[in-house]
Amino acid sequence: MSEQTRKKLLEVEKLRKYFPVKGNKLLEKKYVQAVESVSLSIYKGETLGLVGESGCGKTTLGRTIIRLYEPTSGRIVYDGTPIYDSEKNISVKMLPYRRKMQIIFQDPSGSLDPRMTVGEIIGEALDIHGLTPSKKERTDRIRHLLEEVGLNTEHANRFPHEFSGGQQQRVGIARALAVDPEFIVCDEPISALDVSIQSQVVNMLEDLQANKGLTYLFIAHDVSVVRHISNRIGVMYLGCLVELAESHELCNHPIHPYTKTLLSAVPLPDPIKSRARQRILLEGDIPSPINPPSGCRFHTRCPYATDRCRQEMPVLKEYGPGHFGACHLLEQNG
Amino acid sequence: MEENKLLLKVKDLKVSFFTPAGEVKAVDGISYALGYNEVMGIVGESGSGKSVEAYSIIGLLQNPGRVIGGSIEFEGENLLEYTPEQMRQFRGNKVSMIFQNPMTCLNPVYTIGNQLTEALTCHDKTISKEEARKKAIEMLELVGINNAEKRMNQYPHEFSGGMRQRAMIAMALICSPKLLIADEPTTALDVTIQAQILELMKDLQRKENTSIIFITHNLGVVADICDRISVMYAGRIVEQGKVNDIFYDPQHPYTRRLLQSIPRLDEEDDERLIPIEGTPIDLLNPPQGCNFGPRCTECMKICLRQKPPLAQVGEGHISACWLHFKDALEKEGEK
Repeated sequence: MSEQTRKKLLEVEKLRKYFPVKGNKLLEKKYVQAVESVSLSIYKGETLGLVGESGCGKTTLGRTIIRLYEPTSGRIVYDGTPIYDSEKNISVKMLPYRRKMQIIFQDPSGSLDPRMTVGEIIGEALDIHGLTPSKKERTDRIRHLLEEVGLNTEHANRFPHEFSGGQQQRVGIARALAVDPEFIVCDEPISALDVSIQSQVVNMLEDLQANKGLTYLFIAHDVSVVRHISNRIGVMYLGCLVELAESHELCNHPIHPYTKTLLSAVPLPDPIKSRARQRILLEGDIPSPINPPSGCRFHTRCPYATDRCRQEMPVLKEYGPGHFGACHLLEQNG
Repeated sequence: MEENKLLLKVKDLKVSFFTPAGEVKAVDGISYALGYNEVMGIVGESGSGKSVEAYSIIGLLQNPGRVIGGSIEFEGENLLEYTPEQMRQFRGNKVSMIFQNPMTCLNPVYTIGNQLTEALTCHDKTISKEEARKKAIEMLELVGINNAEKRMNQYPHEFSGGMRQRAMIAMALICSPKLLIADEPTTALDVTIQAQILELMKDLQRKENTSIIFITHNLGVVADICDRISVMYAGRIVEQGKVNDIFYDPQHPYTRRLLQSIPRLDEEDDERLIPIEGTPIDLLNPPQGCNFGPRCTECMKICLRQKPPLAQVGEGHISACWLHFKDALEKEGEK
């Protein structure tokens, strides 16, 4: 993507999402700090990948950005208009924005109503937004959408259970496309699919993006897939964005200790390379987001942690062109 | 490989599920041999029969599944002729299994220590309580669980995912089995935890000289840990060979396409993925010819008519595809 066309479509500033947890009401109220002060921008036409392990808040971030979850605090600006701002008390009605922002879910069967036919599922989105005034237009649009995602037009009369996982995911994609959105959050769209089907869906998402100029936020735990599809990648750990860079830059020159670990742990389908390389093994598990560690959230597992890391939370700063990292060590090394 | 050095020999194994809709040939005539101290990977998509095959070795096949043909020889004895009591003795002692989801095979109402020592006392009636406890603690330490004494008295829910998988490995190895079957042991785990568990399994394999059958759908995982690999598709082994042969010189179209279709972290250029078109076959109505035929780009006429035979394509490297017989077929005028 050339520099001139880089127009910000979405801006997120210090976004926070806490979920209350049940507990002893007499004592302090506890929260799962799922997303902690994340700031990032998504440019028009790009794919921003989001990787991290389970429980790192990547799905919550994706859902909070399109306000399927109400943010706890922060600011979201879509195409120049603030749609949420906790300081200025802005919280717009989302219905008009749902036409622009859509989501594809991880579990294809769980996200389709089993009692509705595929035609009804896709048509519902059209009805809500009143996009097709006549019945004929509606049927044509549904047929066109099904063809676009590689399904047969006759499939409109079938129910979700009659499809395989890969086909169900295609229905999910057709539903998201129905309202002609600009921005789609792809929340682990392929991890539930078989290996040989995954690449079909990845290619389809790439084609749709090229044809319609879509912008994606692509969330997945599989770094190889994210690297393949994304222009830029953000790495999350325990609710925090720890590194953000162009995907080649991030995979070849990671700067954050956690990113280095994550990349070294990705299995390579190459016996000689994978046996020769040095894996960085972390001690222990991810701490609980209810009682996250003080300071840098990674310090409990980081081999380079210092006293400063234990006390002060690092902020995301630019260390190379477009390469952001949140780590105290980077600051010291210049 | 010499015959007498084989630990496990599976010959023409056939397993079918008799469902109301008809017979599902989950495993359709597979053969392989496993030597002592060898790690074999079985790779396949869901529904390829890789787990069913493993369950029939350990005798845990559930209704309506039945072994309908072939033999499974373990150190020269046919397991299919074992009585239930013999099988019970055999399980845990000589072969054990770890599963994808540790929570399904750890009992939530017993402590980890209780479950570990139970495995010992079950198979060795002479062992005393103290001895069993000591051995269990040793085992937990061996799999990298800190504070083993304290952990012994904890329940599975107090363990994290990675720790549970470690506890399960400890339980599987506590009777020093000769064969360990690992069914997608790292699929439910995060990559950094997966790396820990793989490293642990490699380490234990070296220390204990256990043979391992490693079942997975992730080609990246088997590249690291396995000596040999069998690739399964729709109930059959389509290709089998040494790990380097499979990754650097794949012969079967399915293996080749599978390797091309996955995005790789070590690639420099963003080439478009080459997907395998179509969907896996319906096992209720398998095609007459090669199971991969309908999705294969190099499919010939004969592929749709007849199942392909196994061809020896290199030392210890076999592949089931008509392409290897192309020259002979052309001579006969068939193509």
